Amino acid sequence: MDSLSVVLNALPAILAGTVVTAGNVAISLAMGLVLGVPLAVAQVYGCPWLRRLVDIYVWFFRGVPILVLLFLCFGLFLSLGLPAHPFLMSCLVLGCTSTAYQSQIFRGAIQSLPQGQLKAARALGMSDSTGITCIILPQALRLSIPGWANEFSILLKDSAICFVLGTQDIMARTSFVAARTHEHLALYAAAGLIYFLLTLAVLKLLRRLEEKVHVPGYSSTGGIA
Amino acid sequence: MKVSDDIVLRIEGISKSLSGKPILEDCTLAVRRGELKVLIGPSGAGKSTLLQCIDCLIQPDSGDIWLEGERLERKNTRKLCDYRAQVGMIFQDFNLFDHLTAEENVAIALRKVRGMDRRAAKARAMEELGRVGLARRALLYPAQLSGGQKQRVAIARALAMDPKVILLDEPTSALDPELVGEVLAVIRDLARGGMTMIMATHQMEFARALATEILFMERGRIIEQGAPETLLAEGSTTRTRDFCTRLLEMG
Amino acid sequence: MIDTVFLSQDVLPTLNKGLLLSLGLIIPAATLGFACGVMLGCLRTFGPRWLRRLGDAYTALLRGVPLAVQLMMIYFALPKLGIYFEPYGAALTSFTLCTAAYQSEYIRGALLSIRQGQIKAAQALGFTTLQTIIWIVIPQAARRALPGCGNEIIYLIKYSSLAYLVTCMELMGHGKALASDTFRFTEVFLTMGLYYLGMVTLATWLLHWLERRYHIPGFGAR
Repeated sequence: MDSLSVVLNALPAILAGTVVTAGNVAISLAMGLVLGVPLAVAQVYGCPWLRRLVDIYVWFFRGVPILVLLFLCFGLFLSLGLPAHPFLMSCLVLGCTSTAYQSQIFRGAIQSLPQGQLKAARALGMSDSTGITCIILPQALRLSIPGWANEFSILLKDSAICFVLGTQDIMARTSFVAARTHEHLALYAAAGLIYFLLTLAVLKLLRRLEEKVHVPGYSSTGGIA
Repeated sequence: MKVSDDIVLRIEGISKSLSGKPILEDCTLAVRRGELKVLIGPSGAGKSTLLQCIDCLIQPDSGDIWLEGERLERKNTRKLCDYRAQVGMIFQDFNLFDHLTAEENVAIALRKVRGMDRRAAKARAMEELGRVGLARRALLYPAQLSGGQKQRVAIARALAMDPKVILLDEPTSALDPELVGEVLAVIRDLARGGMTMIMATHQMEFARALATEILFMERGRIIEQGAPETLLAEGSTTRTRDFCTRLLEMG
Repeated sequence: MIDTVFLSQDVLPTLNKGLLLSLGLIIPAATLGFACGVMLGCLRTFGPRWLRRLGDAYTALLRGVPLAVQLMMIYFALPKLGIYFEPYGAALTSFTLCTAAYQSEYIRGALLSIRQGQIKAAQALGFTTLQTIIWIVIPQAARRALPGCGNEIIYLIKYSSLAYLVTCMELMGHGKALASDTFRFTEVFLTMGLYYLGMVTLATWLLHWLERRYHIPGFGAR
């Protein structure tokens, strides 16, 4: 069998793995977004002990490799007697890690806004929670899109590690076929290409989003356009 | 200009120190309806801190504030927001919300603080923008406006809340010289219309012409106060006059 | 609750053995990767057009494909082309190639950020090209590239654990073997996590110290 036909035969399986990878990344990113924003707000506006708590969370999940976290999660699931579902564990680990990274993206964006914005909101009689949701976050989230795009491409690449737990993603299916057919070169090249194209496609999509919510004369570099 | 006797805003014994260094010491003043009080003094005298303490954007260490005879409970968040909604504030560096158009900047507090519906808030915003001469710029974002236009939007934003008193913190000092006039013209119209205001400024001509009273601040204290004609009278030996003469000499 | 005997007699000695090889992987990979990154970055900024294109393509490719895929290719696929690697060699090669691509990006950014005026001013004072590079360009570019390049090394520390995928017995490999033998995943991997946290925290401190040491007031602010 020549390489090409092996790849073509394996393609349906790898594409099915692509769906798993996409699901894994999408769920983890969403989890990171939902949890990362309040974490960032807590880190900037929270009381000292809350800030400290978030600091520790971020320090832990940014300092421990994904691979270690995956096995640690596996161990915890075992000792707690939970069903060790690979996809669930992958989403949990990637989600928690992404939460840590995304919270830092949002925190940076919030802190890059001029101090006067919240002051002006307060001067108009807005409560701090109204000021943060109506004035600070709409600006901070816009500024976060480039960092968020970067986080997506990192997360997509990190998701390729999850196959060690048995998640049936692109990597798992590729290595399975490769081990049987010994066509490692062609198969991993195909897998690499899929990851590459996925990255390009989503980055293009996010760039379009950035243009759509763009405010004239207001850019992520902070300068006046 | 009609100045009546009832006191709109009164502060008493406001003090503030930052990291052990006193910034404000025992500041007391009362503003009657329709008055324009002008704060002058060298930079670092505490003018800006005083105005921000009056609006509790900087919490004073001690002292009390009364708005229309009612004492402000500073610890009560709800009351504090309510109070701030009735006291307008104009900043030196505008502080327009950068992600909102001029019209949305004026409307947002009407919607989120006053609870107006979108349509009514928009109508009111357009009316206020018209009042400062910017109806045609309503759809532009802050970055697309000149400094003078930004400050006028900020004034419209404060006016839309029907403030009992407006605090102006050096509203023209971040502007290019040729843009100062348009902002002062708007403030002049407000003063003539009977708006109660406290304004920190270096524009002496403006203060002399329009102020009902001038307060001179130095090292965190209000050391002189009186009508401009007395403080600035030819031959008087007040610190205020001394300061103004030096300002004029410099250019 | 904590089994101190298991911890002190099994986990720590095993992990320490692995740590040694991990460091033996991280330090050369970081050094070589940085050196290659500097060369690649300079080529991508100042090189002839076709070389710049080639460098850009290399960087885009290695940054766009997961490190795990690259590692698998080097270890499993290259033998097909007659290139054989030990697990350690495969990991070291893969990490070096990948980290060079990331480093080149920071170097290039730093070089591009130097304003033309700085170079013109140096020339106006009579500096030669070499003098300009040594006394004006490098001191500025190094400061700008430091945070990015440092972070890349911190990433490398974490991703060195991937060497386990090609059966390289470093920290991760030793730990995983022990965990599989004893089936005590939680204890082993929690301890291993602390090892990595320690390395990352140490590197972060070092980076912050360097940044403070070479900080110039107002430099690098927008």
